[in-house]
Amino acid sequence: MPRRSLKPCGAAWCISSGAPFVLGLIAALIMCWWIIPAVFFVQKEQPVAFTHASHIKNQNCADCHFLRADGSFSAIPSTEQCASCHADMQGTSAAEAGYIESYVSAKKEVPWLIRQKQPAHVFFSHAAHNADSCRQLGCHGEYVDENALCSTCHADVSALDTAPYLENRLTGYSKDTMRMQDCKSCHAEQTHLEMTDAALACNTCHK
Amino acid sequence: MSLFQLNTAAMRTKDFKIKWGMVIDIDKCTGCGACMVACQAENNLAPEAEAPPSDGGDEFMSWIRIYELSNRKAFPHHDLAYLPLPCQHCATPFCTGVCPVSATEKTEEGGIVSQIYARCTGCRYCMAACPYHARSFNRVAPVWPAGLDKIISPDVSTRPRGVVEKCSFCHHRFMQAKNAARNNAHSIYELEDGDYNPACAESCPNGAIAFGDLLNKKHRVYALSRAKNAFRLLERLNAKPQVYYTSSRDWVRRAGDNHHA
Ligand code: HEC
Ligand code: HEC
Ligand code: HEC
Ligand code: HEC
Ligand code: HEC
Repeated sequence: MPRRSLKPCGAAWCISSGAPFVLGLIAALIMCWWIIPAVFFVQKEQPVAFTHASHIKNQNCADCHFLRADGSFSAIPSTEQCASCHADMQGTSAAEAGYIESYVSAKKEVPWLIRQKQPAHVFFSHAAHNADSCRQLGCHGEYVDENALCSTCHADVSALDTAPYLENRLTGYSKDTMRMQDCKSCHAEQTHLEMTDAALACNTCHK
Repeated sequence: MSLFQLNTAAMRTKDFKIKWGMVIDIDKCTGCGACMVACQAENNLAPEAEAPPSDGGDEFMSWIRIYELSNRKAFPHHDLAYLPLPCQHCATPFCTGVCPVSATEKTEEGGIVSQIYARCTGCRYCMAACPYHARSFNRVAPVWPAGLDKIISPDVSTRPRGVVEKCSFCHHRFMQAKNAARNNAHSIYELEDGDYNPACAESCPNGAIAFGDLLNKKHRVYALSRAKNAFRLLERLNAKPQVYYTSSRDWVRRAGDNHHA
């Protein structure tokens, strides 16, 4: 029987040194960081280049995002509400001109892309997660600024304006949609479970 | 823990501060079916297919069914009654324990038995376990004829083929009532009678269905469920339903515990 070659550069050496493992790891990292996200997510643009920056100078968040008397959340203003200012040009930007032409004059609603959009079987309530009830028990003094509370779940508005909307090609959901684990881990905090109405029952969050 | 202890732990009634319940007055029910229609519209049940599915499945999807009871006597002693039957939301439900994937539970404050369609695998153990036949199975994919899909309500998710579904006491209306209470600085544990009312109770033209918190003295169902003529279905199984019935007729009350059989 011929003796097996033990030359340093032979196949056996390469395998025993772990080189395939290292190469495989590098390939996996490249896959995970660059290729898979690009394969799974497609980037979409908002239909209107709206920025929060030019609107929160003179307005509060609650002028546009507020709870109605029945506890439901008025999420995004209708074109009619925006038209209270944008019946005429407020500035000189092309984005505004385009917005007025395609939506305000045409009396059409903007099909905004919602980065937090949940699947149809999830129930969420902004009334249950509002700053007043967070401060009520003497906790969360940091939520005086409403934006601070919103940002625990949403991206901060200053980052929001430039954040791309990434849609999962398989599921059709946004990349920023909170996972069940994100909701549950906060509900499961000892103080939340004991002192608030945060619950872990399935039908709390599912409909 | 011995097997016996495990079993009793599973059978123990969970204590809730609120217990949503229904009291159905059988003497007032005319069997008109308004509750069934209201329920179908509210909870996104697809219209019944014109042709029954070819695989022989002719199951009629409904979260509340009306049964006709007869005292089985000849004229002139013959008497009829109608029995609307939603999910009984039992205090010790048989369905939840057999679910292999925890898709149905009784854990939320209020004691409503949940059904999570996204989790359900369609094994139908729960249907076999339920003594009231309150559950239905989507044997075929629900179809909304063109145009009718516009009436699908966003408050309730639609179910795909292959999952079990059942009455939820219009759970979304409970959540909406809680949202309103929060926004008006009301306690969500002290909702007023009527703040939360399922579609069937709301639509009954005779007011045969009363709904509320069985533990709250200010709610109508508190007294109604404790009245002399109140009874529950198959009481000897000890599932302790949260749905009560009342009737002044003896034979109807006896039929409720299936003493005919
Ligand atoms: C002039 C009205 C207006 C004001 C004032 C306003 N917003 Fe918005 N907001 C919008 C519109 C329109 C969108 C949808 C477009 C977008 O996502 O950029 C939006 C989107 C959002 C979203 C993203 C929702 C998602 O999941 O995609 C968040 C979070 C948000 N706003 C928070 C705030 C906060 C916090 C403030 C106060 C600092 C604020 N907004 C003030 C109009 C407004
Ligand atoms: C209180 C008045 C007011 C309201 C209400 C208002 N805007 Fe504006 N909007 C402005 C002003 C001021 C600017 C800044 C103009 C500039 O400096 O170019 C602006 C700018 C814009 C622009 C140009 C891009 C940018 O953000 O600078 C768009 C698009 C726009 N608004 C859309 C909207 C939409 C959509 C709504 C409703 C959700 C809305 N606006 C509500 C006052 C308002
Ligand atoms: C506990 C997490 C959480 C907090 C806090 C929160 N949100 Fe949301 N928000 C969500 C989720 C989840 C959704 C998606 C709801 C859905 O799709 O059913 C959402 C949706 C939205 C939307 C889009 C709704 C739509 O479907 O059109 C807006 C706008 C928004 N939130 C603004 C805010 C603002 C402003 C605040 C602060 C006052 C805030 N949110 C606080 C979780 C949160
Ligand atoms: C930052 C922590 C936090 C996160 C994240 C969070 N929640 Fe909550 N949630 C709470 C707290 C605290 C309460 C109790 C509020 C009260 O007592 O009024 C609550 C209450 C609720 C309620 C009302 C419960 C009831 O019985 O009426 C619902 C529904 C809910 N959350 C759904 C969700 C969903 C869905 C998500 C994820 C998209 C989520 N929550 C993420 C903290 C959180
Ligand atoms: C605190 C809120 C919350 C609770 C409690 C909760 N869920 Fe969820 N669940 C979510 C959210 C939000 C999603 C959607 C995001 C995701 O897919 O992770 C989700 C998604 C799911 C999905 C995935 C559906 C799919 O299409 O992939 C299943 C299955 C599910 N939940 C089952 C359950 C069951 C069973 C329970 C009870 C043991 C439960 N959930 C309790 C918030 C919750």
